[in-house]
Amino acid sequence: MTDTIIFVLAGAFATATPLLLAAIGEVVVEKTGVMNLSVEGMMAFAAAMAFAVTYQTGNIVLGFGLVVGASVALSLIFSILVLGFSANQIISGLAVGILGLGLSGLAGRNFENLTMMAPANLLLPVLSDLPVVGPILFRQNVVTYFAFAAAFLTWWFFARTRHGRITKVVGEEPAVAHNLGFAVIRIRLFAIIFGAVMSGLGGAYASTILTPGWSDGLIAGRGWIAFALVVFGTWRPLRIAFGAYLFGALLLGDLAVQATGFSVPPQIMTSLPYIMTIVVLAAVSRNALLIRLNAPVSLGQNFRPSK
Amino acid sequence: MMLNRYALVQRNEVSLKSIMLVPLVTFILALLGSMVLFGFLGAPPLGGLYRLLIDPLSSAYNISEVVIKAAPLILIAQGLAIGFRAKVWNIGAEGQLIIGAVAASVIPITYPESQNVLMLPAMILTGMIAGAAWAGIAAMLKTRFNASEIIVTLMLNQIAMQILYFLINGPLKDPMGFSYPQSVSFPPVAMYPLLSGDGMLRANASIFVVILLSIAALIYVTRTFSGYTLLVGGLAPSAASYAGFSAQKAVWITLLIGGAAAGLAGVGEIAGPIGRLQPTLSPGYGFAAIIVAFLGGLHPVGILLAGTFMAIVYVGADGAIIDAGLPPAAPVIFQGMVLVFYLASFALVHYRIVRIQPEARA
Repeated sequence: MTDTIIFVLAGAFATATPLLLAAIGEVVVEKTGVMNLSVEGMMAFAAAMAFAVTYQTGNIVLGFGLVVGASVALSLIFSILVLGFSANQIISGLAVGILGLGLSGLAGRNFENLTMMAPANLLLPVLSDLPVVGPILFRQNVVTYFAFAAAFLTWWFFARTRHGRITKVVGEEPAVAHNLGFAVIRIRLFAIIFGAVMSGLGGAYASTILTPGWSDGLIAGRGWIAFALVVFGTWRPLRIAFGAYLFGALLLGDLAVQATGFSVPPQIMTSLPYIMTIVVLAAVSRNALLIRLNAPVSLGQNFRPSK
Repeated sequence: MMLNRYALVQRNEVSLKSIMLVPLVTFILALLGSMVLFGFLGAPPLGGLYRLLIDPLSSAYNISEVVIKAAPLILIAQGLAIGFRAKVWNIGAEGQLIIGAVAASVIPITYPESQNVLMLPAMILTGMIAGAAWAGIAAMLKTRFNASEIIVTLMLNQIAMQILYFLINGPLKDPMGFSYPQSVSFPPVAMYPLLSGDGMLRANASIFVVILLSIAALIYVTRTFSGYTLLVGGLAPSAASYAGFSAQKAVWITLLIGGAAAGLAGVGEIAGPIGRLQPTLSPGYGFAAIIVAFLGGLHPVGILLAGTFMAIVYVGADGAIIDAGLPPAAPVIFQGMVLVFYLASFALVHYRIVRIQPEARA
C-alpha cells in the first residue's frame, strides 16, 4: 500500500509535467491578453515530431531542439492571423490547432505504434536515497524539474520584475501600455512564441520521456486540460502548478485503482480527468469576483495601435 | 520594429462583392497551398489536385459519396453558425454527434426485428433531444456558473467518446459479434431510404432533411426576431440586452440548436452509411463543420456551398489516400490550411493595410 501511495505521489509529478509546461506557456500568453486555443494541436505535433526525430537519431536533445523550432514556426502563423490581421483569436487558435493535429499525423505516420526506451531519470545524490521523500521528489526527469522551476520563475517574473509588470499592463490595458510607449504587439508576439515553445516541450516530453512511443491521439485532450488549468489556477502560476499536480495524480488514478484490486471500467477512469476539469472549472468560474480580479481584462480582444 | 510601421484600418464600406471575394481568395490560396503540400509529400501537384477536387465529381458513385459527407457537415455547420453569430463558442459538435447517435441507436438495438415504420422518426427525435441535452450541460454550466462553454464542450467531446466506447463494449455490443466492439445491424425501418432504387449508391434521404433545415435556418436568421437578436447579441451585447434579450437566453438557444443539429447528424451516420453503432462514427465532422460554418460566412446559403466543397475534399482525399498513398493526415492539414487562409483573406477584405508615417505616430 505504501508503495502504491509513493508510486502515485511520485508518478503524479511526471504526468503533471506536460500539463504544467503547456499551462505555464498559455498563462503567459493570456496575461498579455491573447487566448491561444492551439495548445492541443501544438502538443500533438510536437509529440509526433519529437518521437520521430529521437527514434531515428537516438538523440533526444536534437528531438527537443527541432520541436522548439517547429513550434515557433507554427506559432508565427497564429501570430500573423491574430496580431497582424486582427483575426478572431478563438477561431485562429482552432485553425492552427487543426493544422497542428494534421501535421502530427504527417510527422508520425511512419512511427505509428512504435515505442522506445525511456531515458534514465535524474538521481540526485544523497537526496534520492532518502526514505519516501527520495523516490517522490528526487528521482524525477530533468524536464519535470524544469517545468516546476518554470512555474516558479513565471510567478517571480510577474510578481517581482519590471518586465513582468509591463507584460501584465499589456493584458489589462493595451491602450494604456501603448500610450506609455510599450510595444504591445511585440510583447504579445514574444508571449505567443514562449507559449508555443512550452506546449511544444510538453508534447515532446509526453512522447519521449513519459510514455516513449507514438500513436495517433497520444495527447488525448491534455492540451485542453492545460488550457483549462489556467482558469483553474486563476491565472496564477503557482496555483496552476498545484492544479497540474492534482490532474497528474488523476491521470495516474487508473493504475492506482487497479493496484488496489477494484474493478472499474477503464472508460470511467479515462473520463475522470475530463469530468473533473468541468467540475473544477464550474466551481472556480462560479466566483465571478475571483475571475474578474484575476482574468486579464483584454483577454481575447485584439489591439490595433493605429486606433 | 517593422511591425509597428503598419496598421490595419477598417474599411468604411465592405461591399457584397468583396464579401464574396473572401471564399474565392481562400479557395485559390488553398489550391496553391495543397499543391505545395502534394509536392512536399512526393505526389504530382496537378494530379493530386485533380484527385482532390475533380475525381469526386467524376462518377455517380463518387457524387453519391459527396452527398453522404456533405449532409452531416452542412447540418452541424448550420447549427453551429447560429451560435457563432451570437459569439457562443460551441466546439463540442463532435461529442453531441456521438451522444445523438448513441441515444438513437438504443431503439433499433432493442428492437432489431421491428418493422414499425415509426422507428426512424423516433430515432431522429431521440438523437436531436440527446444531442441538445448534451450541449445543454454546457449551457447550464455557462449560465449558472459562468464556466467557459469552450472548455466544457471540449471536455464533453472526450467524455462522449468514452461513453460510446463503454456502451459498445458492454450493453450495446452485439452478443453474436465475437470480439468486435459493434452493435447488431439495424433493421431496414431504422435506416434512411436510399436515393437510388438499385441500391448501388449509398446516398440517402437524409440530404433532404439537411436541405429543409438549411432553409429553416435561413428563415430563422433572416426573418425572425429571435434570430436577429442573436446576431445583435453577438455584435452589440448592450443593445441586445436593452432590447430585452438576455445573454443567458442566447446561450441556451444556440447551444440547444447546435446540439440538436449535431445529434441529428449522428443519427444520419448510424441510420445511413454505417447502419449500426461502432467505435468510429465520424471522421471529425464536428470539427470540420466549424470550418464549414466560417468558410460559408456563417450564412445558411454559404454553408450549403462550403459544406459541399469540404465534402468533395473528403471524398477526394479518401481516394488519394487509397490510390496515391497520400497520408491520412492530409485532409486535416488541408482543413487547417483552409481556415488559416480564410481568416487571412477575411482580414484583407475587411481591413486595409496602411503604412504609418513616423510623424503620424508621435
